[in-house]
Amino acid sequence: MRRWPRLKALIIKELLAVWRDKKSRITLIAPPLIQLIILSHAATLDVNNISLGVYNQDKGWYSHELIQRIKGSPYFKHVYEFGSFQEAKKAIDLQNVIVSVQFQPNFSRLITRGQPASLQMILDGRKPNASQIVTGYLSSIVETFNTDILTQKGVELPVPLGIESRAFFNPNLEYILYNVPCLVAILSMLLALTLTAMSVSRERENGTFDQLLVSPLQPWEILVGKLIPAMVIGIGESTVLMFITLYLFKIPFSGSFFLLYFSMIVFLLSMVGVGLFISSLSHTQQQSILGSFVFMTPTMLLSGYATPIENMPSWLQPFTQLLPISHFFIIIKGLFLKNMPAGDVLMHTWPMALIALFTLSLAGWMFKRRIE
Amino acid sequence: MERPALDRINATIRKGIITGLVGPDGAGKTTLIRLMTGLLLPTSGQIKVMGLSTHSSQIHDITGYMPQKFGLYEDLSVLENLDLYADLNGLSVAEKKDAFKRMLAFTSLKPFINRLAGNLSGGMKQKLGLACALLSRPQVLLLDEPTVGVDPLSRRELWTMVQDLTHKGMTVIWSTSYLDEADKCHEVLLLNEGKLLFNGPPEDLTKRMKNRVFQVEVPLKNRRKVLTKLLNLPYVIDGVIQGNKLRLVTSSSLKNSLRHRVPPRFEDAFIDILGGISKGDSILAENFPLKKQTSSSLIKAENLTKRFGNFTAAQDISFTIKRGEIFGLLGPNGAGKSTIFKMLCGLLQPTLGEALISGVNLKTAPAKARSHIGYMAQKFSLYGDLSVEENLNFFSGSYGLQGPYRTKMIDLMVTIFDLHPYLNSNANLLPLGYKQRLALACAVMHEPDVLFLDEPTSGVDPLTRREFWTHINGMVEKGVTIMVTTHFLEEAEYCDRIALIYQGINIATGTPDDLKNMVKTRKMPNPTLEDSFIALIEKQGVQ
Repeated sequence: MRRWPRLKALIIKELLAVWRDKKSRITLIAPPLIQLIILSHAATLDVNNISLGVYNQDKGWYSHELIQRIKGSPYFKHVYEFGSFQEAKKAIDLQNVIVSVQFQPNFSRLITRGQPASLQMILDGRKPNASQIVTGYLSSIVETFNTDILTQKGVELPVPLGIESRAFFNPNLEYILYNVPCLVAILSMLLALTLTAMSVSRERENGTFDQLLVSPLQPWEILVGKLIPAMVIGIGESTVLMFITLYLFKIPFSGSFFLLYFSMIVFLLSMVGVGLFISSLSHTQQQSILGSFVFMTPTMLLSGYATPIENMPSWLQPFTQLLPISHFFIIIKGLFLKNMPAGDVLMHTWPMALIALFTLSLAGWMFKRRIE
Repeated sequence: MERPALDRINATIRKGIITGLVGPDGAGKTTLIRLMTGLLLPTSGQIKVMGLSTHSSQIHDITGYMPQKFGLYEDLSVLENLDLYADLNGLSVAEKKDAFKRMLAFTSLKPFINRLAGNLSGGMKQKLGLACALLSRPQVLLLDEPTVGVDPLSRRELWTMVQDLTHKGMTVIWSTSYLDEADKCHEVLLLNEGKLLFNGPPEDLTKRMKNRVFQVEVPLKNRRKVLTKLLNLPYVIDGVIQGNKLRLVTSSSLKNSLRHRVPPRFEDAFIDILGGISKGDSILAENFPLKKQTSSSLIKAENLTKRFGNFTAAQDISFTIKRGEIFGLLGPNGAGKSTIFKMLCGLLQPTLGEALISGVNLKTAPAKARSHIGYMAQKFSLYGDLSVEENLNFFSGSYGLQGPYRTKMIDLMVTIFDLHPYLNSNANLLPLGYKQRLALACAVMHEPDVLFLDEPTSGVDPLTRREFWTHINGMVEKGVTIMVTTHFLEEAEYCDRIALIYQGINIATGTPDDLKNMVKTRKMPNPTLEDSFIALIEKQGVQ
């Protein structure tokens, strides 16, 4: 059986080729690590460090008290006082503040009289998400303020319907606990894709692919020879990312590592299949890069990473099931945050396995066809 | 190991003539041209073009430069390319119209103005490149290897076009690694490894070879053996096969020789300067196992046809090649010879017909058929980022060599090709000659029955080329069969038989002498292979 030495030669060659090429060596190591470290902090939907402005025409005790409470809350970093509406408007225009809270001249007087008073919030609509969250923070401050005044005035309230919200799996709703596992998945995907998408087209540009095709290697052997090194590098790199996640970010991992690696292998196989398919289609490395972009952009937007899949139009939602990463997101988040049981992991692994089978056979078929 | 790309060059190039920059790849030709255009500045020393320092930006107004790979936009048509370069050169609408008319007539590209540049043949691409470089009406035209990959027919046309330009007073600098082109230049700068070996009219150099070049007729069957014997004589410094004759160069003039004396060529002088070709038999061939004599054919093409859509690239090609034969595929660019070549080594599947290697069908048992094949491409196609040793390991492994046998073969290749000092250096950093050796080593380690060579020696210096053919000739004596495509007709002379392909059809098959005899006329009593190539194709074109 002469098959194994041939495959071994291919695998060693492939690993050496990646390692010897200085550029590919650097792109392999540096960007994923840097991205993990920077993006884990940058790509957050938590709203902190908010600047807020106050235009107070009232000057009474009640408005003063409310402003003190806003200043005292941990969310608002700077609280500016405006002398006129124009000033408030300008500050929002220049994005110095995200919200301006305005008190009418008779705010304190109305409250003293026991009449309903209102305050106005002017929000920056250019930042809808942050504005919504700020509204939430302010509303809760105002609500406590209301209750306190009424109690102070001796108004007997009916026992209020208290909502005690508690978040399971991520009790403090810390975004980083959700974000970093997702980044591990994204970076592993990127790596598997770039490793394979260029590998064949690079050989085509160098003329070495013809050299492979005239050797007794069969198309499927060439395919396996490209697949195994990519998997080895991909799993290795993912392990490094996991280490950083667990020991640098100290993100708790509550699931089973066996299930994580099992599903990761299936996930990477499906991405390697996509990469090899793109590679077998392209004649030049430039085409490979374009092909990867064509795949990456919709994948990222539809994956459920940036926006919840549930918010997408119902006709579009089934298509997200075709993206391996949307399944892997569920698995990796599940394993990190809530010790996802094996059954659930398998439920999301078999679609990825199907996709892997499909993309790999497609790549194999293209390989064979390319020779003809 | 670091040597300057150009080492203390002093030279003057005269106005209004063609000056050839001649030398093998890596000699410094491109560097010198780029220095003249001001695209590179010298590390030390200075260079002036028409009295202008190359630091000045005016240099671009007087020079026209056609790089090795001219920047034609493959997805634009011929006319659109011309238009683009006219705009880049700031030609007015009126000037443009006039210039296009001149250029299209000059290049005879008029029938193809709407064809995409990417679909032009190699020769036509070069003509279009030349036209674009001429749009600015330069006083000095610099052409960097305009004839690389161009077939003999188009090459001859390009020469006529450029000679025409010098009649109008233009100064032309033509770089080439084809030494036979040096004889066509008025003056020559001969470069080798960054050093200027000669500067002057080519005749001045070839003069020294007077009475030193001879032709001897030998029996066709023994010519390779006789050549090896003659090359081992101390006073023979070079020898090549030319059909049924051998052309020999001696180290000093032999006045009273009875041999037939022939006029010397530029290449003879170059080899003389370099000290003659390396002696000895091919150690590679000596270590090669003797292939069993069989009467059956080694390569068999049966009605091979390849269609790409409506276009027929190869039509009904049939031939058989015996064991120990060198078979050449010749033809103009785009004639279909690479299509046929690729079908025979399994890179393309034929639409109709069959290709058999050692009796094994490439279609039904591709892996088995391919294990009999060795392949070496024109472009250096080994893994450049891998070391010499890693390349040898990979290629021996990919042919299924293993265990002590694999180690033995690798060691043998390292010894034969003297690769020891380079074992750990990256393959793309090797000197060209060693790249060539490594490529041959990787192609023959598994002792193939058939060796496919695609333009094997384009751009290498004559010494490396001779060494290469010594190995090939030796292996053929051991029964290896060779299939070669080339534009270099000198190389085609080594073939036992040649098939001339034109427009997808095999228009002539025979020994090099057969092909020459086919076109022998009273006007051309002693045609070269190039003459015969051109005449046969023109004849076919008329029909």
